[in-house]
Amino acid sequence: MITFENVSKFYNAHPALDDVSLTIAQGEFISIVGQSGAGKSTLLKLLLAEEKASEGKVTLDGKDVAAISQRELPFFRRRIGTIFQDFKLLTQKTAYENIAFAMEVSGRSKKEIQEDVPQILQLVGLEQKAHQFPRQLSGGEQQRVAIARALVHQPDIIIADEPTGNLDPLNTWDVIRLLTKINELGTTIILATHDREIINTINKRVVSLDKGKVIRDEQGGRYIL
Amino acid sequence: MLTVRRIIKAGFQDFWRNGWLSAATVSVMALALSMVMGLLLLSVLTEALITNLENKIDVAVYFNPGTEETDVLKIKNDLFSLPEVKNVAYVSEEDALARFKERHKDDPIISQALDELDVNPLEASLNIKVKDTAQFPAVVSFLERSEYQAIVSKVNYYENKDVIMRLTAAISAIRKGGAALSIILGVIAGLVAFNTIRITIYTLKDEIGIMKLVGATNWFVRGPFLIAGALYGVVASLVTMFVFYPLVFALSPAMSRFFPGADLLVYFQHNFLALWLILLSVGVVLSVAGSVIAIGKYLKI
Ligand SMILES: Nc1ncnc2c1ncn2[C@@H]1O[C@H](COP(=O)(O)OP(=O)(O)OP(=O)(O)O)[C@@H](O)[C@H]1O
Ligand SMILES: [Mg+2]
Repeated sequence: MITFENVSKFYNAHPALDDVSLTIAQGEFISIVGQSGAGKSTLLKLLLAEEKASEGKVTLDGKDVAAISQRELPFFRRRIGTIFQDFKLLTQKTAYENIAFAMEVSGRSKKEIQEDVPQILQLVGLEQKAHQFPRQLSGGEQQRVAIARALVHQPDIIIADEPTGNLDPLNTWDVIRLLTKINELGTTIILATHDREIINTINKRVVSLDKGKVIRDEQGGRYIL
Repeated sequence: MLTVRRIIKAGFQDFWRNGWLSAATVSVMALALSMVMGLLLLSVLTEALITNLENKIDVAVYFNPGTEETDVLKIKNDLFSLPEVKNVAYVSEEDALARFKERHKDDPIISQALDELDVNPLEASLNIKVKDTAQFPAVVSFLERSEYQAIVSKVNYYENKDVIMRLTAAISAIRKGGAALSIILGVIAGLVAFNTIRITIYTLKDEIGIMKLVGATNWFVRGPFLIAGALYGVVASLVTMFVFYPLVFALSPAMSRFFPGADLLVYFQHNFLALWLILLSVGVVLSVAGSVIAIGKYLKI
């Protein structure tokens, strides 16, 4: 279970998140919507401990995320697969190696890697591009590598920050179907997006942010701003 | 074990794939190592210069005519037992005469004058060299002890004292100057190498952040940088050696003219392996230590 308890985040006195309280149950599929600059990415960064809350507390399974020691942090992060809004691919590694890296960090065997990586590459339709570097890939292809990297080590939680921003409609629906399916297998999914169509179609819990505040939180919600 | 293998592989891969960055880092590192090498060669030259000067400085004790050779040789042995003394050369009356004649063989007046003398007017002497020219007074006062007064005619120290003092001062100035130069250039070389590594790591800081966010431990991120850093050191030391070889080859004759007794080429060839090992360890230690220090702040994500 993930909780945000009265969380605020200030950047130079400007609030990116303002007194946000949320509870996300294990296995839930939750969408975070809001205009650009509403604080969606900030919310996700706090969960990954990339940034620390200025006020309030973020917890995972009862543990304060900001208080996790440098030593424990890597193990905590391996429980989460993140699709970053800006992809964050390693520029000196190929698509294959970027995906394999997520498994290498947690000490998976060579055999596991050689089995799982080609499989997931095929799942995102990039088996032909396995040995290209990020700079040799289109935006959408890079985004699919980022998606594959977040999924490959089968994390408990998937954070998807605008995961379809660079994809065509066909690929977009493939990715959404994939996320829904993974969710049905028990993984918690946190999806941040501005895509009205996705929100209205998947019919899951929607949290709307506006200027850092939660203005709506409803099951089977629709995209309303 | 698996992790160590992955780290090593990633280190080599980083070195190779960041080709231009590695080339730039290696060249600046090689420049820094060249300074170290320059210092090593410079110390060879100054050592030769100092030895040369020191060899020019000696003190001679002259003995009254007719002194028994055994007495002189006894003093020679006594002198040898002094810790300050480096070398004592005995010049007998006959040797002194022979040398004198040899030196003045083109001067008919002196030769003739000598020939007309029945006795050898020259005195036997001991030429004394000390390990450190500042120790001459001690040796001279040893010779002035009463037991030798009967046979010693003169010690030519006091008339040369000024020259000896000045040379001694010059030698110590060269030593001090050399040491100061080494420290200054050594520090500069260290700073240059360290900052190069810092800049290299700075350009890769985003990658470091990404690795951390994906769940890599600090050592999993740091490891490849240390391997790549060690490679910078290895390659830079090799480059420096191979740049210096032709350089020393070309400059050695000129250097030998300015610094008699110094043969840089022979020194370089005989100590090739040792010199390389010095550069290698300096290069590797600097870049590995530089990497560890520089990477620290980017790991705090
Ligand atoms: N590192 C930072 N320094 C200063 N301000 C920041 C920083 N990161 C985010 N902000 C500010 O915080 C606010 C929220 O940013 P955030 O990235 O969370 O928005 P978002 O909802 O993800 O927007 P988008 O839909 O465009 O991705 C913005 O006003 C942004 O300018
Ligand atoms: Mg965002």
